[in-house]
Amino acid sequence: MTFEAERSRAARLFILPAVALIALFFLLPVLAAFLLSFTDFDIYAIGNLANARIVGLHNYTALFANPVFWTAVKNTFYFALVGGPLTVIVSLGAALLVNARAVRFKGLFRTIYFVPFVTTLVAVAIVWRYLYHPQYGLLNYMLGWFGLGPVDWLGDPRWAMPAIILLAVWKNFGYNMLIFIAGLQSVPEELYEAARIDGAGAVRQFRNVTLPMLAPTFFFVGVVTMIGYFQLFAEPYVMTQGGPLKATTSLVLFMYTEGFRWWRMGNAAAIAFVLLLIILAWTLVQLRLERRRA
Amino acid sequence: MTIRFWALGAEADAVRTLARDFEHLHPGVTVEVQQIPWTAAHEKLITAYVGDAMPDMAQLGNTWVPEFVAIGALTPLDSFTTHSTVVDSAAYFPGIWATNEIHGVLYAVPWYVDTRLLFYRKDILARAGYDSMPGTWEGWRRAMEAIRSRAGPRQYAIFLPTNEWNQPVIFGMQEGSPLLADDGRYGAFSDSSFRRAFTFYLDLYRSGLAPVAGYNDVANIYQEFTRGTYAMWITGPWNIGEFKRRLPDSMQGKWATAPLPGPTGDSSGVSLAGGSSFVIFRTSPHQALAWSFIEFLSQPAQQLKFYQLSGDLPSREDAWHASGLETDVYAHAFWVQLHRVRATPKVPEWEDITSKVIDQSEAAIRGGVPVSRALATLDRDVNVILDKRRWLMARDSSRLADSARSAAAQ
Repeated sequence: MTFEAERSRAARLFILPAVALIALFFLLPVLAAFLLSFTDFDIYAIGNLANARIVGLHNYTALFANPVFWTAVKNTFYFALVGGPLTVIVSLGAALLVNARAVRFKGLFRTIYFVPFVTTLVAVAIVWRYLYHPQYGLLNYMLGWFGLGPVDWLGDPRWAMPAIILLAVWKNFGYNMLIFIAGLQSVPEELYEAARIDGAGAVRQFRNVTLPMLAPTFFFVGVVTMIGYFQLFAEPYVMTQGGPLKATTSLVLFMYTEGFRWWRMGNAAAIAFVLLLIILAWTLVQLRLERRRA
Repeated sequence: MTIRFWALGAEADAVRTLARDFEHLHPGVTVEVQQIPWTAAHEKLITAYVGDAMPDMAQLGNTWVPEFVAIGALTPLDSFTTHSTVVDSAAYFPGIWATNEIHGVLYAVPWYVDTRLLFYRKDILARAGYDSMPGTWEGWRRAMEAIRSRAGPRQYAIFLPTNEWNQPVIFGMQEGSPLLADDGRYGAFSDSSFRRAFTFYLDLYRSGLAPVAGYNDVANIYQEFTRGTYAMWITGPWNIGEFKRRLPDSMQGKWATAPLPGPTGDSSGVSLAGGSSFVIFRTSPHQALAWSFIEFLSQPAQQLKFYQLSGDLPSREDAWHASGLETDVYAHAFWVQLHRVRATPKVPEWEDITSKVIDQSEAAIRGGVPVSRALATLDRDVNVILDKRRWLMARDSSRLADSARSAAAQ
């Protein structure tokens, strides 16, 4: 046996455990779920497998005919397309502030902004439900100073999703902020120096040095945030249970209720695959945009 | 030997105390009580069934029984009750007992009972000119209007949470709606009886007698009740204890309970047959032992102890007599109401159907969808849910016919 062949055999042996684990705990369940999405596996089938039928594409066609599914799609896109960019902008803003030379106690601010990210969502949600209370909430009290409101944050179908987005942005910007800070700190100081010598002010330095140098960070943050936001679940699950009038029912929440509340596993599996396709398509779009720019 | 018992919520703490007494009577037997929170109970029980990790017995909400019968998880109990000197159907509230019989077979024994009725502010009702709660819808509605006309801004006659199915379903039952038609094959919500009830219900919001609010919109219902934001609230027996504990002293003596009014008076004022029951799982190797524990907990004396520990109302009428609960100022309304209870349709899909009831109620209340369209949509959604049930029933009845035919041919 040649050295090369032996080396590749060794490499294959080394990756075997990881591949085996992925196959067993990831690929196999995904395949099973895919097959499940073509059956009407439900509570009756749990009792007796003979009560399950192979229904072909029926779960998918029924899904596309179900208004709740389209509401969930709309809500998910609403949340991701508004909440995602907002989170990235707020994170970048916070990163710039914390990283600014004039700021003291940088470590303290970093920690404070990061705390929401590591706090349990359920605890956070309880506090935010107080903040959002239509009569006694702090938010409406503050709106009152400007003669606005009161807004029924979680009870009004128009306001429930903005309320969820606000909570999600506040909860998640800390993590992206840390990544942006790392990105900012890796921009070589000479570039700013050169820009200053060329007479660039703060705004032009930001546009022509900081932003281009942060492009890879933007890409990473954008993709990870969007993938996470398309899987919106915990916030509406805890805050609104998908209401009022399904205004905060996301695709994952819809999948969860179909699967684990009503045990319509076939339906739930179909939703999961539609969501997979949406996320895949979106990530490809982002990848394409990134390539074109590069 | 060990009996593994899954109890739900606060009942688990109470039953642990009783289980110690049972262990003293049966040396060598231990009862292992596992506490499951109500919100996770349904998922956990089904997951345990799928994973073959069921306990010997459990506490089950009465409305869940049909579902667990459908998946074949429960042991029929008739063979146990025929030899039992303790568990006798005659001792129980008939409407409650009936919820545990599926196609004439008994699968569960009622433990404690639950139903919904009116909690109200006596002082507000008196100011509106009533010294007791009217028994008919018409009188009730007039009392609510009288309360509303004397109320301040943001004060209402009644709190009917928009995200609860109980109210529209109870009103429907009161109007005589079967809810489901044709042995649970189709929804019957567009029928005239349910339509009348739904119109009555919806009108309470449209005329401003009830606020358009769900539980999520109310931070502390007990505070609001004290403030007079609502003069009435349809809720269950656990709130007797909560009202005593949570309302300030100034409010004690000013609230009362009353059986639900009905469209044509008292006897039509039915409510839901709720509560929890004991079940034994088919997979249990200790079924006889589990049954002896059920018998122990079903003794009137143990039911009373359980009531004292948990505040849950006993399922046996003799336990009510013995304790004087029957004439208790707050519990008496429940005693009356429990003789006027109806079971919800015994189909495994019921819980799912209730979520559709909430969807269409909210669409009508908050979204302004007209009654006939909301109810037509409700029937359509419910019929989709029941599609599998219709298929199974058709398949099984044709199979029965086939086997009858082949038996006749032989």
